[in-house]
Amino acid sequence: MFEIFFANPTTILMGGIAGFLFGFLLQKGGVTRYDVIVGQFMLKDFTVLKVMLMAVMVGSVGIYGMRALGFDIALHVKTTALLGNALGGLIFGVGMAVLGYCPGTAVAAMGEGSRHAIAGVLGMIVGAGLFAEAYPWIESHILSVGNFGKVTFVDITGFSPWLFIAGLWVAGIFGLASLERWEKNNQS
Amino acid sequence: MISMLKKARWSPYVVGTGIGLLSWVTFALMNKALGVSTTFVRTAGMVEGLVSEDHIRSNAYFVKYLGTLEGPYPVFEWQFALVVMLVLGAFCASWLSSTYLRETVPDIWKVRFGPSKGVRFAGAFLAGIVVMFGARLAGGCTSGHGVSGSLQLAVSSWIFFLCLFVAGIVTAWLLYGKGGKSNV
Repeated sequence: MFEIFFANPTTILMGGIAGFLFGFLLQKGGVTRYDVIVGQFMLKDFTVLKVMLMAVMVGSVGIYGMRALGFDIALHVKTTALLGNALGGLIFGVGMAVLGYCPGTAVAAMGEGSRHAIAGVLGMIVGAGLFAEAYPWIESHILSVGNFGKVTFVDITGFSPWLFIAGLWVAGIFGLASLERWEKNNQS
Repeated sequence: MISMLKKARWSPYVVGTGIGLLSWVTFALMNKALGVSTTFVRTAGMVEGLVSEDHIRSNAYFVKYLGTLEGPYPVFEWQFALVVMLVLGAFCASWLSSTYLRETVPDIWKVRFGPSKGVRFAGAFLAGIVVMFGARLAGGCTSGHGVSGSLQLAVSSWIFFLCLFVAGIVTAWLLYGKGGKSNV
């Protein structure tokens, strides 16, 4: 079976390079550490939020900027299915707090030498299999609720993406600066 | 440059900027959004497929990602390579700064649930199932939704991001709140 197991070498090479850099960054950021992830949820260590917010702020300018400059950049937006997105996020959050990793950081944590992350990754493979088996029921009962298709805030409001990106940057800079000040004052 | 690579931790803003820039490259050069969790569907499909190929070729979810018997898609594609290389990237980063761990039970887990490896491994395995079930139900994980989706201003991703944090905070406080708080 699986006569075509491998995709073409160029895409594999590029995916591999992206993965290497991504894993390198995650480890240097400390988000491959159990105590950093749990510390975020305990609101004691805001590393995860800082990394993610910064990535989203920088990423959004680049993607929408390149599109505005006329480059042919396709968006890859995932379907909005209100019940599925919300329920999935809640279930994910519960698991992530216990496991101490999300899928990407669990795989990177294995590389950093956290042996218990291997058990988490094996569980994830089983979880993916269970979801696939339950998919027919889930598709008709959950993913059909509040399904708006692959929409962005630009699509549903008709506003310019730059309004949202500017809002994101203003809120991000103000929020992160306040956070840094708060952390400095609470160092003991 | 060398001293930076040897440094154990980088500023979260530097790391976040790096991931943001990496997303520019994947969108522009590879026509892809950074993501991880779909690879777990392909892996599960591959494992189940070794037992019964007919089964995965007739499951609507596996067909989406692995194709049909007549028109199969490759298992080891762009994102699969990305996930495999995450291991090497993180290994090299920790090796350069001599921060490679041999962690079997995290310290804060030990304080709360005891030093048993078996308990931690079982807990991690079960939590892994929950994490991935949630990710596939939502349509992505912290990478695909949290970073790639949010930066595209996708409605689905911001809902996921918000719900993830709410549930994570509540769960962590139920597990580690009160007595455990001082150990985190």
